[in-house]
Amino acid sequence: MSTTRLSVSGMRCAGCVASVERALQNTSGVTSANVNLAEHTATVEGSATASELISALVEGGYDATELTDSDDEDDIRSAETDHYRGLLRKSAAAAIIGFPLFVFGMLGQLPDLSGAGRTFWLVVGLLTAGVLVYSGGHFYVGAFKSARHHNANMDTLIALGTGTAWIYSMIVILFPALLPEAAGHVYFEAAAIIIALVNLGGALEMRARGKTSEAIQRLIGLQPRTARVIRNGVESDVPIAAVGLDETLRVRPGERIPVDGVIIDGHSSVDESMLTGEPVPVQKQQGDEVVAGTINKSGTFLFQARRIGKDTALAQIIEMVRKAQSSKPAIGRLADKVASVFVPSVLIIAVVTFLAWFNFGPPVSESNLAIVTTMTVLIIACPCALGLATPISIMVGVGKAAEFGALIRNGDALQQAGRLTTIVLDKTGTVTQGRPSVTAVLPTGTWTEDDLLRWGASIEKGSEHPLAEAIVEAAADQQLELLAAERFQAVAGHGVEAIIDGREVLLGNARLMRERGIDVSKLAESAEALMRKAETPVFVAVAGEAAGIISIADAIKEDSAAAIKRMHDLGLKVVLLTGDNRATADAVARQTGIDEVIADVLPQDKADKVASLQARGECVGMVGDGINDAPALALADVGFAIGTGTDVAIESADITLMRGSLHGVVDAIKISQGTVKNIKQNLFGAFVYNSLGIPVAAGVLFPFIGMLLNPMIAGGAMALSSVTVVSNANRLRFFQPGS
Amino acid sequence: MQALVVNVAGLALICLIVWWFWLSQPKARKVADDVVDILVADGVYSPSRIEVPAGRKIRLRFLRKDASPCAEKVLFDELGISADLALGQVTEVDVDATEAGEYEFTCQMHMYRGRLVVT
Repeated sequence: MSTTRLSVSGMRCAGCVASVERALQNTSGVTSANVNLAEHTATVEGSATASELISALVEGGYDATELTDSDDEDDIRSAETDHYRGLLRKSAAAAIIGFPLFVFGMLGQLPDLSGAGRTFWLVVGLLTAGVLVYSGGHFYVGAFKSARHHNANMDTLIALGTGTAWIYSMIVILFPALLPEAAGHVYFEAAAIIIALVNLGGALEMRARGKTSEAIQRLIGLQPRTARVIRNGVESDVPIAAVGLDETLRVRPGERIPVDGVIIDGHSSVDESMLTGEPVPVQKQQGDEVVAGTINKSGTFLFQARRIGKDTALAQIIEMVRKAQSSKPAIGRLADKVASVFVPSVLIIAVVTFLAWFNFGPPVSESNLAIVTTMTVLIIACPCALGLATPISIMVGVGKAAEFGALIRNGDALQQAGRLTTIVLDKTGTVTQGRPSVTAVLPTGTWTEDDLLRWGASIEKGSEHPLAEAIVEAAADQQLELLAAERFQAVAGHGVEAIIDGREVLLGNARLMRERGIDVSKLAESAEALMRKAETPVFVAVAGEAAGIISIADAIKEDSAAAIKRMHDLGLKVVLLTGDNRATADAVARQTGIDEVIADVLPQDKADKVASLQARGECVGMVGDGINDAPALALADVGFAIGTGTDVAIESADITLMRGSLHGVVDAIKISQGTVKNIKQNLFGAFVYNSLGIPVAAGVLFPFIGMLLNPMIAGGAMALSSVTVVSNANRLRFFQPGS
Repeated sequence: MQALVVNVAGLALICLIVWWFWLSQPKARKVADDVVDILVADGVYSPSRIEVPAGRKIRLRFLRKDASPCAEKVLFDELGISADLALGQVTEVDVDATEAGEYEFTCQMHMYRGRLVVT
């Protein structure tokens, strides 16, 4: 039985309240439902899930989303702090027993095991048992429960290692006759110190891991805790979780915007840099969208909540980063395979070690050395380092990329990005600003500039193509009255046509004119000159005859050339892939340093061009706007969707670049390479540590150089191994891609 | 004699380890309805082995009681699913069990291990 709170939108009166309550109460598992019209909320008791309740409301014509309690976050933080402090306390308790025993033992100050000393050691044994239960109880419980589930993990090794040490030591004290005199050693201090070190290692690891989630904590920190809502004309501050869909909210100067919405009154400038990196505040006015997490600068405005809770762009970004941080690239899969057989293998190696020493060890003390080496093998093996090696670096690497505005979808994308050999760039909106404007109108014959703009704009009004918008804007600037266009048709990669005033009008590129038999030879020279300046000439033809050219230029982004130079410094080849004409594309390539140009490409052929580059053996990254270039982005080894703000198509690409700059591509690639290097360091360290440590612990060096590993040193090494892996991953936090 | 006993016992122990951890399986929880509650505590998922018929969508409700970082994520690597498990709360993970097979779910470090068996 549970309570679910929902924010419901679309309710306007008591009639709606009754409908909503009825829809909820009719959902299976619901025992009661109460609606608060003023707050736009519904509180439901029962066993129905939030998704079932929301579906029932959506069927009834309403919209709803679950409200979560933000106090939960504080509870979680405090539980984790308690756990951390608990580990330190347990470590201290074990160290209080173990450390003095170790020191006095080294100084030879401890009593013998026989005679009066037996009582002393019995007491020490019982104290050690107490410490093992208090400080190490969770290992023994974990080992037992895991074993019941046919599973063996780190707890198994620690429990068996320290348990063996304690049991053997108690046998030495209570039943000394069972063992040869030379085997009469006790290991209470080893057991206690190992438990102390493992707990300390766990605490250090927790602290280090806390830092690995810095990036996502920063993103979560962008979400404000309260919002100012206006209900029935009264303004009040409410917790963010209480804001409902369609509610009116006020944002004052300097405040962070609480949810996604649309401005209904007022205007201001908004700093969106924490999401997009755009340093210049963006002007916002009535009808404009605003986004949760951004900062309102100077004005005050009212806006209507359109997306709340999990649906805001910020929440989706956080979710995406979280998911990516949990995903594993191919490089980590070997470690997983090894991790799954590791512990039982170590158990077998421990038994084999015991038998080897028992059968072939120095005759006088074979039991003793067999026990010591077995214990040391169990303690030194560290599956945790192996298991942590990849995911911890991924966590930091993905978080680092997010800091630089690159949202990486998963571990495979992160790994692949570092292997790219060729970057394919779309032109409009990627290399250029994506805001084309008319720079020249060149009529021919008896046509005037206004005529061309009027006819061009009449055809193109309503079209969302960037070139069309430029023409319509130019006509609007001249305040030209537009004509009615009938039988409008768009021909992809060519242009558009319609009937205006009874005459067929064509607007498009040279290919369109050629295919329709329009003679544009007189305009060829002008067109060439424009293209050499990286402008795009749009031909206009009326009733079968060329009427002139409208020239459109889309300025190259200021940092495109610098970003492309950085790509070259990384050894990448850069290719421009565009539907624009060859001459314009060549001019853009010249100005930015692009190596190869593939121009005049029809939209449906872009993916094929990517495929043919891949067939040449290249590992191809494609950068586009995520919407028009979707097939090519999907086919590329890594697809980068470059954003124009917070309206980026997050779903489609392997890597989404929140900042509309090509530097984001290079930053993502450099972070990828740094992360993969970090993973390799961790994996190498974990593999080498275990591959060397276990044989040395088993005593393979003893026949040659008489070397055996002290179990306490093994405990320290094991505890430090995971901390080392996490600390190495933390180094990535300071990585700078150098943009 | 003592040496024989010790060696036989050692070999028997090795056989037990191989059998218990690699060859035999924990008892599976057969899923009757489409929701399974899984407790995350003390290093184990309870139940750790869940059997479900193919072609069903099932909802796994993880209740995390372990505060250590080990338990904070659950990953279904082969299914491409991951979830952050909030401490002391139920986190629902929906799985589309379309294809028959065995799918392991683990924490990030493979301390916690479970298996979803789709038959």
